[in-house]
Amino acid sequence: MTETPESEPTKDAALAELGGLIELKRPDCVLSWDISHGELNVDVAPANIVGFVKYLLSDSNCRFSTLIDITGVDYPERAKRFDVVYHFLSMYTNQRIRLRVSVREDEMVSSITDIHPSANWFEREIFDMFGILFSGHPDLRRLLTDYGFRGHPLRKDFPTTGYTEVRYDEVEKRVVYEPVNLVQEYRQFDFMSPWEGADYILPGDEKEGAK
Amino acid sequence: MMDGSKFDDAQTGEQKIRNFNINFGPQHPAAHGVLRLVLELDGEIVERCDPHIGLLHRGTEKLMESRTYLQNLPYFDRLDYVAPMNQEHAWCLAIEKLTQTEVPRRAQLIRVLYSEIGRILNHLLNVTTQAMDVGALTPPLWGFEEREKLMIFYERACGARLHAAYFRPGGVHQDLPDDLLDDIELWALQFPDVLSDIDGLLTENRIFKQRNCDIGVVTEDDILKYSFSGVMVRGSGLAWDLRRAQPYECYDEFDFQVPVGKNGDCYDRYLCRMEEMRQSLSIIRQAIVKLRVATGDVLARGKLTPPKRGEMKTSMESLIHHFKLYTEGFHVPAGEVYAAVEAPKGEFGVYLVADGTNKPYRAKLRAPGFPHLQAMDHITKGHQLADVAAIIGTMDVVFGEIDR
Repeated sequence: MTETPESEPTKDAALAELGGLIELKRPDCVLSWDISHGELNVDVAPANIVGFVKYLLSDSNCRFSTLIDITGVDYPERAKRFDVVYHFLSMYTNQRIRLRVSVREDEMVSSITDIHPSANWFEREIFDMFGILFSGHPDLRRLLTDYGFRGHPLRKDFPTTGYTEVRYDEVEKRVVYEPVNLVQEYRQFDFMSPWEGADYILPGDEKEGAK
Repeated sequence: MMDGSKFDDAQTGEQKIRNFNINFGPQHPAAHGVLRLVLELDGEIVERCDPHIGLLHRGTEKLMESRTYLQNLPYFDRLDYVAPMNQEHAWCLAIEKLTQTEVPRRAQLIRVLYSEIGRILNHLLNVTTQAMDVGALTPPLWGFEEREKLMIFYERACGARLHAAYFRPGGVHQDLPDDLLDDIELWALQFPDVLSDIDGLLTENRIFKQRNCDIGVVTEDDILKYSFSGVMVRGSGLAWDLRRAQPYECYDEFDFQVPVGKNGDCYDRYLCRMEEMRQSLSIIRQAIVKLRVATGDVLARGKLTPPKRGEMKTSMESLIHHFKLYTEGFHVPAGEVYAAVEAPKGEFGVYLVADGTNKPYRAKLRAPGFPHLQAMDHITKGHQLADVAAIIGTMDVVFGEIDR
């Protein structure tokens, strides 16, 4: 099962061969593919993700049998706001692959729990953190956040401080939920150099327009 | 009709037993942290097991998005706090992959040395506390004594026993003190005796075997379906180890065996962990020999790393560089990478999306314990209630990394 380590160029060539092969076999699923940093990335059409994952699992050249991870990335400025990113590993061919599916905020993604039961919690976590719904998921509950939590914390428009805070109330003898109250303003430093990265008006620059 | 339906008076209370739901944890000593299990029991047999996690959720991934790459590093110590440096390693590898930084040889060797110390730290804790879950009290006392010695090695290298922040992008923070290698070597001489002591306590122990043999059997099919990694895979006979299969750092030049089990039960996983400690010990010895030869810098001097102290005191450019590095931090070119290490518990990975600024756009931490715990329902089904504790122990779950 284990293979001798290959040098970088041959590894990339093997991945390129695999990428080409996958695109040839499944042109309806693969939107585009590329190799960056020695990793194979494939953009997949949202409607075909289940069939494509099934193909990757069963095809003798792929055998991507281990689901490493599913996660989301939020790009609020894009029309298709979320990327759902799948990582697969093949213990047989010693290859990895990354699938990216772009979805709109109101779109649902098909669950792959029927093929990979381990997708269950990963999808629950994405639902919890990003609010992306997975159709066909057996038990789409929140996973990591509190019972009765509202909002989706890993969206970029969710503040790091959150909206509620909890404490034990000595009078009521129970844990109470209150709106978050910061005694000191949340310190979000901007370390960007004013010569390079600042996309705001620097103090003093507003006088420029007044002239 | 002679089917007994008419004889209501003959029915006893025992025939009307229904399934019983119990709540296991979150403050149960055998839950290895804050795990809440909702168990449905038929008598003493587990019918369904629903783990509720997230009680230790600290929002690490959210916090990381508003901090610089260097500020994010200490969060990794707080994930799997049993073997902190192995997590940092994955983060450093991800950054180095994106910035294409070459790590100096001495730093690579130090990383290997401390990753293996971390592996022993983890396995010592896991093997001995799992034994405690099934009824043995002495092993944790003996194991923790050794862990204490190892944590002193951590402390001597970086100043902290647990929250090390020692592996840095581009190398390791500081060089090792002069006599540390000798002391680790000395420790490596006496540690096999401690291991054989624990071995003598447990391996042929009748109670230990009764509680672990044939419990929580994992097949190859389960491994693939539930994305297991690490010892959960090797215990079932698959020789899968990232250090061997996809070597990172300089693991390809070390000579070590990948121990595999046969039956995939709790007992085989215990045996695997014991043997892995011996293999790690051999890697530590080899690393010490190599470290004696490889003298040199421990940081790839450049944008990612601070200048030497002496330079900072004499050169203006170095002073500016030092100041900028610890305020603004370094910028990582846009792109996305996945970097994984063979952490003691399995594959620990970091999926890093960089947008070219000094902060990660998104960082996803792939914890090995997460899919392992997910399979609890599948593995414990049909086992006795008492076996649940044994199985949690052998899965090696730590909630720092599962809840993030």
